[in-house]
Amino acid sequence: MNGVHDMGGMHGLGPVAPEPREPVFHEAWEGRVHAMTIASPTRGNIDAGRHQRELIPGPDYLRWTYYEKWFASLSALLLTSGLVTAAEIAAGKAAPGSPKGTPRLVAADVTAAMTRPSSYVREVATAPAFAAGDRVRARQINPTGHTRLPRYARGHVGVVERRHGAHVLPDSNAHGLGEDPRHLYTVRFAARELWGPDASARDSVSLDLWEPYLERA
Amino acid sequence: MAHDHHDHDHGHDHGHDHGQDPPSDMALRVKALESVLVDKGLVDPAALDAIVDHFETKVGPRNGARVVAKAWTDPAYLARLREDATAAIAELDFTGRQGEHMIAVENGPDVHNLVVCTLCSCYPWPVLGLPPVWYKSPPYRSRAVIDPRGVLAEFGTELPPDVEVRVWDSTAEVRYLVIPQRPAGTDGLGEDELAAMVTRDGMIGTTLL
Repeated sequence: MNGVHDMGGMHGLGPVAPEPREPVFHEAWEGRVHAMTIASPTRGNIDAGRHQRELIPGPDYLRWTYYEKWFASLSALLLTSGLVTAAEIAAGKAAPGSPKGTPRLVAADVTAAMTRPSSYVREVATAPAFAAGDRVRARQINPTGHTRLPRYARGHVGVVERRHGAHVLPDSNAHGLGEDPRHLYTVRFAARELWGPDASARDSVSLDLWEPYLERA
Repeated sequence: MAHDHHDHDHGHDHGHDHGQDPPSDMALRVKALESVLVDKGLVDPAALDAIVDHFETKVGPRNGARVVAKAWTDPAYLARLREDATAAIAELDFTGRQGEHMIAVENGPDVHNLVVCTLCSCYPWPVLGLPPVWYKSPPYRSRAVIDPRGVLAEFGTELPPDVEVRVWDSTAEVRYLVIPQRPAGTDGLGEDELAAMVTRDGMIGTTLL
């Protein structure tokens, strides 16, 4: 979707503001939101979580802090799933007689859950369509659902730098339509191809793009 | 008081399509949500404590600094890092979420690398921990790709025009770790001393060492 989250190349969003000695969490509640998002029974796949945050209305997305957005998305997922009601959130306690669940993640398993090696690579029968060195164009597409093809790259020509094998496709996975693994490539775009003659002739931007985002150029 | 406040928010929630409302008193609202989830047996509060502890004490830039220091001092390790960064980083026990597919990108005299996630906040958690606020914020996400040299200048990093700037937009589950140039005059130093010189921003690419 062409949301404000897809902000690469925009102007006017203010100066970068580094903070000396920044804490991991600025407020205790931020850590709780982060932890609840990870431990929540609504935690589906990573793509669905990203898409949920993209659905936050644009003005709110720009105004809210990072963990305010996470909190809003977590609350929305819990309400949508029916696991929690608005009345319960308002009251801060379970409705009388509501069923008692079992936590998906217990303390003893946290370290293993956070550090366990895993992979988004899947075996597929199809051969990759592109090889390193191939010129490819990012397709001019404007899907209304989740995608990881930023607007600033669409329609532009780059060169395949590296193949990563077939990875889970966010455009499908975010919507519960299955992993639909597709070949993934690092594609390098010259800065001038993306931004015009004012950009440095030496500079480039590389993106990781799935095969359905690309066509031969 | 708190109940009145939440009742108001609750009424307000119904007016929106996505049920995603402007948070007001965040600490109270988060506490209320956690209480409900714990009450219903949906989360283990001790697991939440452990997750917070993981991010506050177990992961962070010191992990990435060890990778960099080893790459500087051990040519065989550098070769493995170039061949398969995920495996080379796993040798140091830095594995897991948001580090599933690692690539190390090396700065040199003629090339400088800068990492961003324009679409959200993708960042290599096992080696750098959670990202700083500026990395997740609109100014950096919007400008790192179109004006990397301007962004670098705001970090005090002025690069000569003949140095190539390579920006990496983390659009998939591949995560990038910048290997900064080893500072001059550090020939006699060991891995621990070198690791102490490596900064988080150096491994994102916004600063030099």
